[in-house]
Amino acid sequence: MARTLFDKIWDSHAVNTVEGGPTQLYIDRHYCHEVTSPQAFDELRKRGLKVFRPERTFCSPDHNIPTLNQDKPISDPVSRHQVETLTRNASEFGLELFGLGHPKNGIIHVIGPENGLTLPGYTIVCGDSHTSTHGAFGAVAFGIGTSEVEMVLASQCILQPKPKTMRINVEGKLRPVVTAKDVALYIISKMTTGGATGYFVEYAGEAIRNMSMEERMTVCNLSIEMGARGGMIAPDETTFEYVKGREYAPKGDAWDKAVEYWRSLASDDDAVFDKEVTFDAADIEPRITFGTNPGMGMSVTDTIPPYQGDDETGRASYMKSLDYMRFAPGEKLEGTPVDYVFLGSCTNGRVEDFRAFARFVEGHHKSPGVTAWLVPGSWSVLSQIKEEGLDRILADAGFELRQPGCSACLAMNDDKVPAGKLCISTSNRNFEGRQGPGARTILAGPLVAAAAAITGKITDPRKI
Amino acid sequence: MDKKITVITSCAVPLPVENIDTDQIIPARFLKATSREGFGDNLFRDWRYDSEGNPVKEFTLNNPAYSGCILVAGKNFGCGSSREHAAWAIHDYGFRVVVSSFFADIHKNNELNNFVLPVVVSEQFLSELFESIHGNPETQIKVDLPAQTITNLATGKSESFDINPYKKHCLLNGIDDIEYLLSKKDEIEQWESNSITY
Repeated sequence: MARTLFDKIWDSHAVNTVEGGPTQLYIDRHYCHEVTSPQAFDELRKRGLKVFRPERTFCSPDHNIPTLNQDKPISDPVSRHQVETLTRNASEFGLELFGLGHPKNGIIHVIGPENGLTLPGYTIVCGDSHTSTHGAFGAVAFGIGTSEVEMVLASQCILQPKPKTMRINVEGKLRPVVTAKDVALYIISKMTTGGATGYFVEYAGEAIRNMSMEERMTVCNLSIEMGARGGMIAPDETTFEYVKGREYAPKGDAWDKAVEYWRSLASDDDAVFDKEVTFDAADIEPRITFGTNPGMGMSVTDTIPPYQGDDETGRASYMKSLDYMRFAPGEKLEGTPVDYVFLGSCTNGRVEDFRAFARFVEGHHKSPGVTAWLVPGSWSVLSQIKEEGLDRILADAGFELRQPGCSACLAMNDDKVPAGKLCISTSNRNFEGRQGPGARTILAGPLVAAAAAITGKITDPRKI
Repeated sequence: MDKKITVITSCAVPLPVENIDTDQIIPARFLKATSREGFGDNLFRDWRYDSEGNPVKEFTLNNPAYSGCILVAGKNFGCGSSREHAAWAIHDYGFRVVVSSFFADIHKNNELNNFVLPVVVSEQFLSELFESIHGNPETQIKVDLPAQTITNLATGKSESFDINPYKKHCLLNGIDDIEYLLSKKDEIEQWESNSITY
């Protein structure tokens, strides 16, 4: 029977199916950070359990860590305690830790691929919804809760109902100045914030195939923002070229065998998806969001649409969202003054994002009214930025680089946007208070962020 | 933790807002704790308290008219972050059932793993439920897990809801997935020896 990429990986990892219930799924790779793991390790201790397959779990603190002075103790005692708890747990249970100060430290979804820990054909989980990032490699990767983190630590398996499958095709070529982030924000606004709930998405079509691995990671990263369990892209030459030679990737004969297997994973030509949607790449323009979920988005030059629907709870929720943002239907956002710009996160914290931002601002200067936080996704990204001399271009344009971490994406450290301030953010969520209580977030790609950083206003990057 | 769920009859707290994300249920700054307890104090923190820490009178949890262990919320409840702290906060506050017309996947799993029952109802049933509760905050709702039905006792209308038989068994008996997985160690090792190539 013809099968999809998702089915092939899922089925080959099904140890068992519980009667009348979920699949017992074997997990090849488990990533672990400081926020969603402490209670899982505590439960293991309470039950007197060891980690079943310690070599399959890798830990990195990222959510809480400061982006300045990482060589000094973390000043917030509660954050410090949580980071130290991860260090203690990794040591007690025999897990590899890329702790603060380690050259491999960084956002877990950035360092996994960088080090060849993320491989095609794998099942990958982490107590973090943006685990979908790793689907870019043709892996079944998804976020889990802490109880499930405990299951993986205890048995290398979790119990999961098998989701339905959806293929999203983006056909044709992207226009200039349109980034992978714009593609994802476009898809999410068309699908809505809950439109892919219950599905595992495969992205396909010419525009997706033409993307680099880093661009594919940006697209897959945002799958959860339309509710999808995960998003993935069939592995191809672009994938193999990226993975080859990375530290934890297979080598020699094992590499050749792996590539042969990976080539067999693509969805069969006659595979049937539960749902299939097609978009035209030429319709996609630089995007921004205007509300408090990532589905509330539009082209940067558009006006905010009125609520489309006839139900009262829906209308009230839409207006509550716009009230929070201090916007109104019919309003054009281009030209609106911006207070903060954030470049970084597991969505847009890789070197290509910094390259795009740096090239855009080269020869310009940061607007004096804008506070800009440029936070690389990992120490490896930061080294590459320096190797390529991007740091000098950024410094000449008035921008400073900070140290790696999740930072202002969720404001668990000191990088909080003050109440009422407007931030153009390359991160993944514009929820109320996400970047700090009362903070107003507009999601965008690195070029829209760069344009805002130099003009101090929401700006169409095509106009600079 | 109170685990078993069978039949629950209770008043309900209405929250007619769509797309409630887990950042609203429990904001990120409260995720720094390393235990599971106490999250209920900060459930819906930024809707429940103003920036000075004073209760926001209009917010449903601060309205003395509303009580009970059932939360009724707008569609796409629990979207966004996978934080299980959201399910811990809901349970810790005292809710055992959340009713909505649609749940986000990860949060739904997290509720089930923490012995909170997510009940999916039709848009029509949900909207009538909001009407009944607004009309009379004492409105009783009966959730019968063995029969898989929910009844609005104000109107007498009833609907059946889905839950997979395995999870139903877990909730009825107060057992979790870990015990099941630990009993399968031999099978897992067998699977590993047959399957893993790289």
